[in-house]
Amino acid sequence: MAQVDLTVRVGGDSAAGGIVTTGEIVARIAAYSGLEVYTTRTIPAEIKGGHVMFQLRTSEKPVYSQGDDVDMLIAFDQESIDNYYHLIKANGFLIYNSNDGQAPAANGNGVKQYGLPLNELAKKINFTKGRNIVTIGAMVKLFDLPYDKAEEVVRRQLGRKKDLLDQNLLALKTGYAYVEQNIAQESPYHLIPETGIVEEERLVMNGNQALAMGALAGGCRFYAGYPITPASDIMEFLAAEFPQIGGTMIQAEDEIAAINMCLGGSFTGARSMTATSGPGLALMVEALGHATMTEIPLVLVDVQRAGPSTGMPTKVSQGDLRLAIFGGADDSPRIVVAPVSVEDCFYQTVHAFNLAEKYQTPVIFLSDQDMSVRVVTVPPFDLNKVKLEPRLLWDPQSANHGGNGASGGGSGDREYLRYKITESGVSPMSLPGMPGGQYTAEGLEKAESGAPIYTPEAHIRNFEKRARKLANALQDYEAWQMYETFGALDAPVAIVGWGSTIGPVKEAVLRAASEGMPVAVLYPKLLYPLPADHIGKFIAGREHVIVPELNFTGQFGRMIQAQFGREIIPLTCYGGTPLATRDVYAKIKQVYEGMKVNA
Amino acid sequence: MLPEIQTIPLHFDKANLKPNDYKSDVKPVWCPGCGDFGVLSSFYKAVSELGIPPEQLVIASGIGCSGRFPAFCNSYGFHGVHGRVLPLATGIKMARPELVVCAMGGDGDGFSIGMGHFPHAARRNVDITYIVMDNEIYGLTKGQASPTSPLGLEKKSTPYGNVDRPLNPLLLAFTGGATWIGRAFSSRPKEMTELIKQAIAHKGFSFLQVYSPCVTFYDTYDHFKQVTKPLPEGHDASDKAAGMLYAMNEETLFLGKYYQEERPTYDDAYSGVRQKATKGTYSFEKLMDKYRR
Repeated sequence: MAQVDLTVRVGGDSAAGGIVTTGEIVARIAAYSGLEVYTTRTIPAEIKGGHVMFQLRTSEKPVYSQGDDVDMLIAFDQESIDNYYHLIKANGFLIYNSNDGQAPAANGNGVKQYGLPLNELAKKINFTKGRNIVTIGAMVKLFDLPYDKAEEVVRRQLGRKKDLLDQNLLALKTGYAYVEQNIAQESPYHLIPETGIVEEERLVMNGNQALAMGALAGGCRFYAGYPITPASDIMEFLAAEFPQIGGTMIQAEDEIAAINMCLGGSFTGARSMTATSGPGLALMVEALGHATMTEIPLVLVDVQRAGPSTGMPTKVSQGDLRLAIFGGADDSPRIVVAPVSVEDCFYQTVHAFNLAEKYQTPVIFLSDQDMSVRVVTVPPFDLNKVKLEPRLLWDPQSANHGGNGASGGGSGDREYLRYKITESGVSPMSLPGMPGGQYTAEGLEKAESGAPIYTPEAHIRNFEKRARKLANALQDYEAWQMYETFGALDAPVAIVGWGSTIGPVKEAVLRAASEGMPVAVLYPKLLYPLPADHIGKFIAGREHVIVPELNFTGQFGRMIQAQFGREIIPLTCYGGTPLATRDVYAKIKQVYEGMKVNA
Repeated sequence: MLPEIQTIPLHFDKANLKPNDYKSDVKPVWCPGCGDFGVLSSFYKAVSELGIPPEQLVIASGIGCSGRFPAFCNSYGFHGVHGRVLPLATGIKMARPELVVCAMGGDGDGFSIGMGHFPHAARRNVDITYIVMDNEIYGLTKGQASPTSPLGLEKKSTPYGNVDRPLNPLLLAFTGGATWIGRAFSSRPKEMTELIKQAIAHKGFSFLQVYSPCVTFYDTYDHFKQVTKPLPEGHDASDKAAGMLYAMNEETLFLGKYYQEERPTYDDAYSGVRQKATKGTYSFEKLMDKYRR
């Protein structure tokens, strides 16, 4: 019977080069053939050398996670065989480079093993560097992907040099033919049904690309950043796009400079953003508090990676939640937004900008390494869904600034009150260039005019003002539906999670439901201020609440515990890998079994 | 098409204002006799003589006694965190190049915590004016040694004498690539006003070191009166090597304009980038097409 959900892992040493490229090209061929794709990878932090793994899951139907076990392992070296052989499903395939590695002894679960003499094949066509493309050709045949699509992708990806392109196309054919003649005339998989695929419009991209496009759409025109894995390509993307639309991109001398440049840019009215990872966020924390204090809008992207310290720069984590929400001197509230998928990176970035501008406050956007590099198929972004919330600007016409306008009265009265206490907490902001709107964005505690003042009354008033602004963001959470719910909403068990763990949760919940274990799921995308009403109502009356997340202490789970004074069941994963569907499923099963025992 | 964004139109008309018009109603909190008072009144005078409209003048600062500067001015101001005035000013200038941007700092803010930003603002030639009120001491934190304190100075953090050799801000400006470099003394207001005017008028990164003594923790008025003197009249400000030699002199501290050169500013250079990058009307749809299968 046709198998329509295929997971393939490719492993090898990065010194040989091209493991990720090989995987990405095959992923693109699958996507161009009309299939949905979802990929993940782990790469070493080193530039050359070290083990690399790329995993592709593809199906005619949408796929939500990388897949736990693999149908096929493509092993470029012995280490890949040693590390991943046990992941191959029964009756799956191992394809290994028979010039560089030995297949393990058959272990009885029906795994079929085929050696591809990659070095020989490449040598035969005088193209020793073409081993990867030979492998791609072999995979195209093995997966029964359309050969013309494979050629198209190779042309698009590797077609810059004509003579090299011919060699690559020859290598593609060589791999394809070798499989046809020596391994399988007929593919064991039929990804493309005979009736064909109704091809949906799709973009093939990763989370950082979606995020950067969200910044463009969200009106961002000022970016300053400092290179850091895995956030650098956001900067690179905007370096290419911003100058075309009148925007400004600066590669700063360090992260502290980057965020301070953004404060300067935003102070003049430009929607501003910086992107970094955990170590950079740690450096930016002081300026972040300053943005809160001076009431300057700002979007700070943290593409979380495994820490602490340098940690594992190319592995995933959700360990910066606590730093994002609470990091800073004294109570310095900021908004924290977390997207759940590559597609969501686009729309939530727009929301992040809108929240920052609307409430004149910094917004931290918590992406993660896995989401940032994962190439998937997503529907094209709909600019009709994008509506920009403007910053509340001071209107000189309506203001009573008799004493000291542009032409100056000499007395220096400040009639314009930058930090005016308002019901919403938001005060109209003037921008440099507006006559009469002169003020100092002040990091000291201040009077409504911005003049420094240290009285308890002023300090209390301003704490309350800053908090009041943020509380209003909860209305946008509702209005913009910054959450996802699914599953059996009346189930006794709930999962409340955040960020990119949503994929494996979705799949595990489907499987559990089909086995009579219903689960209700809520993923808020606004994590601070915490949508306590919504979450509270959602978990009220549930017997158990599972909180999955990729960090050691269960940071979000503990927030929920503290907020609602009830026990939750943490499901933490902190090895630097994405959450596995099987672990979520196992936890659901364990919870249900416990309920049976207690019943 | 991308959604429209808010923009602020700016018309630069020369203002015709008196120095007092640049005063805000916030009373300076500096100690009576502080050199910074002199810098402040020279600054009012300089911007009034240059005719800069207050709404188009932005004064950024960091932390320290110098950090309070913007609050005393009728202009836009940004009192930033410690040591980061240059990135702040860079962001302001690059987002809105038509604004006149001044960065006010002190020796601790600029040459200790914020030192890492100095050569970068200089090499980029950001079109801003960086005025450092150098009192060779930490004043706001009540009298610790600073990166320009002399060797042997006995203060609260150096009870047995300072063993950290002082650094030379002018030479740092030269090696960083600043395109206007000068030095003033707060007790010589006439020359100082002229230098501030020139520094602001210069297109590019201007650096003005001002000796601005701290009467409370390190009173150096007499010292500077003795060791400072104007640069020799014949000094050619386009001669970098000559300027550096004068800057190296630690016996006599010369006052005046050391160096000036014309070099494309950071915003000029970025305009070039924009021209190079722009190919017809921008289309978000076309950008998406690159990723379409």
